[in-house]
Amino acid sequence: MSAEPLLQVEGLRTHFFTKAGVVKAVDDVSFSVARGKVMGLVGESGSGKSMTGYSIVGLVDSPGRIVGGRILFDGVDLATLDPVAWRAIRGKRIAMIFQDPMMTLNPVLRVDTQIVEAVLAHAGVSRESALARAREALVRVGIASPDERLRAYPHQFSGGMRQRVAIAIALVNQPDLIIADEPTTALDVTIQGQILFEMQKICAESRTALIWITHDLSVVAGLADTVCVMYAGRVVETGRVSEVLGQPLHPYTRGLIDSVPSRNRRGEPLRQIPGMTPSLLGMGEGCAFRERCAAASAACASSPDVAELARGRFVRCFHPVGEPMAAASP
Amino acid sequence: MISPVTGEQPPLVALRDVSKRFASRMDLASRIAARVGAGPAQQVVRALDSVSLEVKQGEVLGLVGESGCGKSTLGRIVARILEPTSGERFWRGAPYSAFDGRSQRAERLAIQMIFQDPFASLNPRLRIVDVIGEAPVVHGLIGREDREAYVADLMARVGLDASTAKRFPHQFSGGQRSRIGIARALAVQPQFLVCDEAVAALDVSIQAQVLNLFIRLREELSLTYLFISHDLGVVRHLSDRVAIMYLGRVVELATAGEVFARPNHPYTQALLAEIPTIEPRKRAFQPIRGEIPSPLSPPPGCHFHPRCPHSTERCRREQPAFREVAPGHFSACHLNDTK
Repeated sequence: MSAEPLLQVEGLRTHFFTKAGVVKAVDDVSFSVARGKVMGLVGESGSGKSMTGYSIVGLVDSPGRIVGGRILFDGVDLATLDPVAWRAIRGKRIAMIFQDPMMTLNPVLRVDTQIVEAVLAHAGVSRESALARAREALVRVGIASPDERLRAYPHQFSGGMRQRVAIAIALVNQPDLIIADEPTTALDVTIQGQILFEMQKICAESRTALIWITHDLSVVAGLADTVCVMYAGRVVETGRVSEVLGQPLHPYTRGLIDSVPSRNRRGEPLRQIPGMTPSLLGMGEGCAFRERCAAASAACASSPDVAELARGRFVRCFHPVGEPMAAASP
Repeated sequence: MISPVTGEQPPLVALRDVSKRFASRMDLASRIAARVGAGPAQQVVRALDSVSLEVKQGEVLGLVGESGCGKSTLGRIVARILEPTSGERFWRGAPYSAFDGRSQRAERLAIQMIFQDPFASLNPRLRIVDVIGEAPVVHGLIGREDREAYVADLMARVGLDASTAKRFPHQFSGGQRSRIGIARALAVQPQFLVCDEAVAALDVSIQAQVLNLFIRLREELSLTYLFISHDLGVVRHLSDRVAIMYLGRVVELATAGEVFARPNHPYTQALLAEIPTIEPRKRAFQPIRGEIPSPLSPPPGCHFHPRCPHSTERCRREQPAFREVAPGHFSACHLNDTK
């Protein structure tokens, strides 16, 4: 439908230059997100999924640095922006929601102060209208009695409510793109359900693009349109959610899905991926998953390239499992 | 709820009307203020409210609930880390207090606990051989000279390389630390393990490995588990029976198959509807309303009524009885009376 994706990441590389050596936290990552669509960015801890998010919003700290690739956002390469230009975009056109709202909210400022600050940083409006927008943002994320809650401090909120406030701050300037880094991981399932519900509604209504970073495949299954699976700093598989989860092509994706308890017979041993995630420090050539992979061969000692096995199905593997689903015919 | 002795084996662990209240300590000024009716009254958290539960020999009882529902408190009371405010605990039919003497050490060691955070629950200054080997030596289960061989044996059992016994916890990954925590619990030869969110901190692929370890150890050592988790998928996979808790009370208890196929309590139904599944289908999330209320001031009657789509006047007034709605299937809901 839409020809131009809102965000197009091409060959992004973010490396950390530590005393012990170079850590390739993000290594040749490419994907794109269209307006109004939700992309799930899935991976285990240390896979580089959060660092990919931080790279997009320009929040990579020293000793880390974007060393290659392009981040095209509405035609502008974000990787080349200077701090002044960044300030006009971050928080205004691209917003981020973090995992722990207690870390992102200032504990000594009232909620209204924090939201109004976000509005005034980007819009030349009066304090009154900024406050009105703040109130409206709280209503949108489903906070009851917003007038009262605006005057409260973060510690007076529950975990779920705090995360709603953080989401309200992200939404208040009506960004084009929201990057959400595991915002529901610390929450209970019923609260997670509520927040996923709100986010789904808000993004569909306002045509906001959303990148949802998570380790939980089941969240992505219900929420996202496309999914991007990362392993050891690289994207190993991308595609539409139904296709990737229904018929995974990369052995790692396959292993992850097979190890989910509901995919196994009750009480029997789960199918598991052997071994553990490799250290990114001094990662050599070759497929990073080969040590844990049943299909690995001598060829895997050199790095496989990304191949498009079916329309929109990209896989980085010499030995993809199974055949890609035939393209849906009318 | 304890069945009279009819020749059959008593449950391994039983709780009868166990309550636990945590009260804030008041300083002198606030005590005086409260006495004259000026200051705030003492705040009391009713973490557990008259809970009765049995765990049979050899079974896995899953305990599910949202944060703040009291499931960890229940686990700690079972494991003797906390003392209940009221109510009785039984081990093989005998009250816990019978095992207070020096000679009853084996019974006290029979229940061990595995903690959630594999980082916080290991002493960073102890080598693994000491983490695992300290307790069995102290309790006289093995001699000091046998310690290294004993630890090596345990490490092999939980899938750790025994040559790493001299390392410190920070040199291990999260999954390996979980295994260390399990080996430490097993070191005193327990019969019953309380696993409090034991796999919650682990990555998906590592979680499967540790769950498989739990399944294997249960068979090899004929262990009984109280498996506490917020993850219904994990509980469903592992448990024989499942208890659902809400705000300090057990609201439903049945076999795992029964709970997931025919949930009775509206809270259980809501919880099950909320499990995100991996089956790829875009769906609209249908949230249940509101949040779990504060245990400082639980709502009267049925604790769930402010969020319940079926609540009636009676639910606001009267606490529903926990009773059998089908063989082996217990639930605490007034709706069952009208059926």
